Amino acid sequence: MEKTTENILEIRDVSMIYGQVKALQNIDLTVRKGEWLAIMGPSGSGKTTMMNIIGCMDKPSSGSVILDGREISGMSSRALTEMRRDRIGLIFQQFHLISYLTALENVMVAQYYHSMIDEAEALQALERVGLKDRAKHLPHQLSGGEQQRVCIARALINYPRLILADEPTGNLDEANERIVLDLLRRLHAEGSTIIVVTHSPEVAEYAEKTIVLEHGRIARTTRNAD
Amino acid sequence: MTKRQMYMKMLLSSLLRRRSRMTVALLAIAIGATVLLGMTTICYDIPRQMGREFRSYGANMVFVAAGGETMLSLSDVDRAAALLPRESLVGVTPYRYKTVRSNMQPYTLVGTRFEQVRKTSPWWKVSGAWPTTGTEILIGSDVAEFARLSPGRTIAISGTNAKGARFSREMTILGVVRTGGVEDDFLFMDLTALEELAGDAGRVELAEVSVAMNAAGLSALSALIQREVPTIAPRLVKRVTQSETSVLSRLQALVYLVTLVVLVLTMICVATTMMTVVMERRKEIGLKKALGAENRSIVAEFLGEGVCLGLGGGLLGVAFGWLFAQTISVNVFGRAISFNIYLVPATLAASIIVTGAACLIPIRSATEVEPALVLRGE
Repeated sequence: MEKTTENILEIRDVSMIYGQVKALQNIDLTVRKGEWLAIMGPSGSGKTTMMNIIGCMDKPSSGSVILDGREISGMSSRALTEMRRDRIGLIFQQFHLISYLTALENVMVAQYYHSMIDEAEALQALERVGLKDRAKHLPHQLSGGEQQRVCIARALINYPRLILADEPTGNLDEANERIVLDLLRRLHAEGSTIIVVTHSPEVAEYAEKTIVLEHGRIARTTRNAD
Repeated sequence: MTKRQMYMKMLLSSLLRRRSRMTVALLAIAIGATVLLGMTTICYDIPRQMGREFRSYGANMVFVAAGGETMLSLSDVDRAAALLPRESLVGVTPYRYKTVRSNMQPYTLVGTRFEQVRKTSPWWKVSGAWPTTGTEILIGSDVAEFARLSPGRTIAISGTNAKGARFSREMTILGVVRTGGVEDDFLFMDLTALEELAGDAGRVELAEVSVAMNAAGLSALSALIQREVPTIAPRLVKRVTQSETSVLSRLQALVYLVTLVVLVLTMICVATTMMTVVMERRKEIGLKKALGAENRSIVAEFLGEGVCLGLGGGLLGVAFGWLFAQTISVNVFGRAISFNIYLVPATLAASIIVTGAACLIPIRSATEVEPALVLRGE
C-alpha cells in the first residue's frame, strides 16, 4: 500500500550490523521530494551501506525505510529489483558503462530492463547531457567526463523518482567535475530528487542539505545556503 | 527497436566486441564438434569401409547343392549371384573337383575361375604366375615339394571322363600356390578346360561367395537365395561373419567412447571458459542487476551467448569434422568417405546442448552476483 507523502525517503531507526561490525546505528533521515542531499563522511563511516539501503540493494538489520511511499525494509529481493528499476537512477564513481555497447546502447540498456526501448528518447537523453554526437562511440572512445555524462543519461532515461549518485565526480578532472555538477544542478532545478555521496566539500556545497556520517551515526546535519 | 532486437544486439555485441575471450570458447566447442562429427561419420562409414577390408579374410558364404544333391548347376549359381547387391559383391568362385593321376600318384584337380579366385581368396600366395589358358596349371606347394616340380616344367595328368573314356594331357606349370590349407595338396586349372577333359559341363561342387556385408545382411541374403533358387543351399561362413561383426562392434564402441571423452573434455573446457567470462563480468552483471535486471534476464543473456557459441562452434565443427573424417578415411582406408547429412543437425544440436550444459554452473554463479558490488568499487 503506497502512502501519499511529501517525503520521497523516510529512514526510521535503521541499523545495519555485519557480524560484530555495526555499519549503521539508529539512523533517522528524511528526504523531501525535489530535495538535494549530500552524504559525507570518512571511509568506513557507513556511506556505502547507506547507499545500498537507499538504492534497494540491501536491507537493514532493523528499522524502517520508506521509499516513495513504500516500506522496503521487508521486501523480497525481486520486489527490491522492481523498486530499483522503477524509482531509482544510479550514477557511479567508476561510470560502469558496458564496454561492448555504444553510448546510445548503454542508455537503452536501462530502458530494456525497465519497459520499452525508445531509441529517439535515448538519443534525446544523450543530447540533454551534450553527447548526441558521441552516441555511436564505445566507452573506451569517450573521455572520463563523457562516460560520466552517459552514466547520467542512463540514470535519467526512465524518469526515476530519486537519483542516487556515488562520488559522481570522484574520477573527473576539474572541468568535467563542473560539467557534471551543472548537469545535476539543472536536474535538481527541474524537480529531481538527488542524493549524492561524496568526500568533496565542494560537491556537497551544491546540495541543499548535508549529513555527515561518523562510525555509522549521523554526526551532524547542515543546511547549505543558496 | 523492440526488446528482442535489443537482446540480439547485446548478445552479438558481447560476442563480436569481446573476440579474444569468445574465440577461446568458440575454438573449444569447434574442436569438440569436429571430433564429434568426424568420429561419428567414420563410425557410420566403418561397416562400409571395413567390409571391403574384411573381404581379404575370404569368402563369407558358400553355395552348395540343396536336397542331398552333390553338384549344383552353374546357371543356378549365376541366378543366385544376380540376387546379390552389385555394389557389395566382391566375387563368386565356382569349384569343380576331379580325381586324376600323375606318375601313378592320385591328385585332386580343381577347376575354377582364376580371376574370381584372386577376389575371393586374396591371401593365396602364388610363386610364378596365374594360369591364363586351358593348358596351364597351378600346383599346390605340397605337391610341388613331393613331386619336385616347379614353375616352367610340365606335368602329365590322366583320368576318366563322364563317359568312362580315358583322357590324358600334358600341362605347363605356371605357378605354385601356398595357402597353408588343403589347397597346398591340389592342382588348379581353368574350369572350362577341366569341363572339356571331364566331358561334362555346367556343374560344380560348390561356389565360394564374398560379399561386403554384415552378418544380419548375409542372413537376409541367404534366406532370399533359398527362396528364389531352391536348388542352392547357401551356407554362411560363421567364423568369418562373426569375427567381422565382433571387430566392427568393438571398433564402433571404441569410437563412441573416444567421442564421449572428447565431449566431456569440451564441456569442461567450455564451462571453465564461461566461468572465467562470468568472473570477468561480475561488475557488468552487478551493474545490470543494479539497473533492474532480473535473474531470468541475466540467465537469458548468458544462455543466449552459450547457444550462439554452440551454434558457431558446431558449424565450424561440421566443416572441419568432415575434412577430418575425409582425411582419416583416405589415409587409413584408401577411399573417400560417404557423408551422412543427418549428422549435421545432430552435431549442431549436440554442440548447443553441450555448451548450454557447460554454461549452467557459470550462469548460476552469475545470478548470485550482488548488485551492491558496483557501489563498492571492487
